[in-house]
Amino acid sequence: MESSVAVRDRGFGKTLRRDRWWVPPVSVALGLGLFGGYATWAVLQGGNYFADPYLSPLYSPCIAASCPEQIRLLGIEWWPFSPAILMMGVILGFRGTCYYYRKAYYRAYLLDPPACAVGEFRGDRYAGETRLPWVLQNLHRYFLYASIVIWLFLTYDTIHGFFFEDGFGVGVGSIVLLINLVLLSGYWFGCHSLRHLIGGDVDCYSCALAGKARHKAWKGVSWFNKRHMGWAWFSLVFVCMTDLYIRLVAMRVFEDPRLF
Amino acid sequence: MAERTFKVYRGSGDDGQLESYTIEVDQGMVVLDAIHRIQAEHAPDLAVRWNCKAGKCGSCSCEVNGRPRLTCMTRLSDYEEGESITVTPMKAFPVIKDLVADVSRAYRNNASIPRFRPRPRDAEDGWRMKQFEIERAQEMRKCIECFLCQDVCHVLRSHGKHAEFIGPTYLVRTAGYSLNPIDVEDRSAFLKESGGIGFCNITKCCTEVCPESISITDNAIIPLKERVVDRFYDPVKALVRLVRRR
Repeated sequence: MESSVAVRDRGFGKTLRRDRWWVPPVSVALGLGLFGGYATWAVLQGGNYFADPYLSPLYSPCIAASCPEQIRLLGIEWWPFSPAILMMGVILGFRGTCYYYRKAYYRAYLLDPPACAVGEFRGDRYAGETRLPWVLQNLHRYFLYASIVIWLFLTYDTIHGFFFEDGFGVGVGSIVLLINLVLLSGYWFGCHSLRHLIGGDVDCYSCALAGKARHKAWKGVSWFNKRHMGWAWFSLVFVCMTDLYIRLVAMRVFEDPRLF
Repeated sequence: MAERTFKVYRGSGDDGQLESYTIEVDQGMVVLDAIHRIQAEHAPDLAVRWNCKAGKCGSCSCEVNGRPRLTCMTRLSDYEEGESITVTPMKAFPVIKDLVADVSRAYRNNASIPRFRPRPRDAEDGWRMKQFEIERAQEMRKCIECFLCQDVCHVLRSHGKHAEFIGPTYLVRTAGYSLNPIDVEDRSAFLKESGGIGFCNITKCCTEVCPESISITDNAIIPLKERVVDRFYDPVKALVRLVRRR
């Protein structure tokens, strides 16, 4: 006979699981730390984000007066810091309140829980998303609305990446920006809030206005939604790689190869 | 025939302990078969709840090597040869005896859900609906109430919020009602208050353990959370409702 302590006891890390349950949360913590850290550094750095005609997606739209003339919008003069910080709130808010990322960081950083059927630190004080600050996760749809605007500018900047001083052309950077836009779009189209707003809130499609069209739209978003985690990771990694590529071209570490 | 050692929880409440039994096992056996052999050969007083042995009644839920599983659907061949297998009762529920947990609390949660309320009949013989619009609710009807999702949910298992949170099983039940095209009941106030849906922090363990592969988080909990947002956290929707009412 063995002691009952390990069987019914509750406490951090207590589990009878024998697999390496700690691998996924550690991997997610490292991945989010690495790419989140790079993106934060790139946003705060404030230079080498434009290599004509490419604009780093982290700086899109570029609305401060310090932005290069070719891609400047609005030209806000009172902003002395990196122009990307102005848009960072929307991006951070959208990803930070995303239902997938919530799972990722609740598990990886807050260890709440660290993995399924594994004990955790807090006991009765747990309030989930019923109180501040986590109740603010309910604002996700507002960040979705704001991100539509950024997505439109990102689309414009991607198209801009195909127009060089001598006219239309395709460089490696143009392709990189296009892939980045596709990945970000895939992430955006799989948003749970979008899925709800576009048709998930309808119970009776044959009774609702444009019900069939809304059901089709809901089905389409559901396809992306099933793969939301994949889109979330690929888009996060690739947006950092796109920034790095443009940064290295802007720093003249190498020339952007022109395909035609 | 090979031999395998099982460590089985014996006792009531939290006072039990793991007891080791070594038995001969045959090819194709599942954990529930092994428990029955232990009962037959070593411990006739070992308590275990079971019924269909086909993964459809949801009675034999336990934890196998710490993971919530239906014991009738867990093959011994899934584990390394020679590896001992630990079988314990569901941790989120009080233990009655050995592997039998007291799930009566869950039935009380079920009773608290606002009932299904259909709109007036469309025809003499009932209601008309299209297959494509009932599919979302049908996914929820696959639930066999095995309570594995309740067991793995950390809100209940680790934080003990049984009084404040109805848990994933009954969020699936609520979604089954609310997504039905003929249901007209608004359950968002119930979900926010006594249902405690805000306690769920979307860590998806319920989806991982569901033997019926119901996408509990994506297709039940998140859609219900979004309906709560519609009603309580979205000022634009509130304005639209106000204008419509006038």
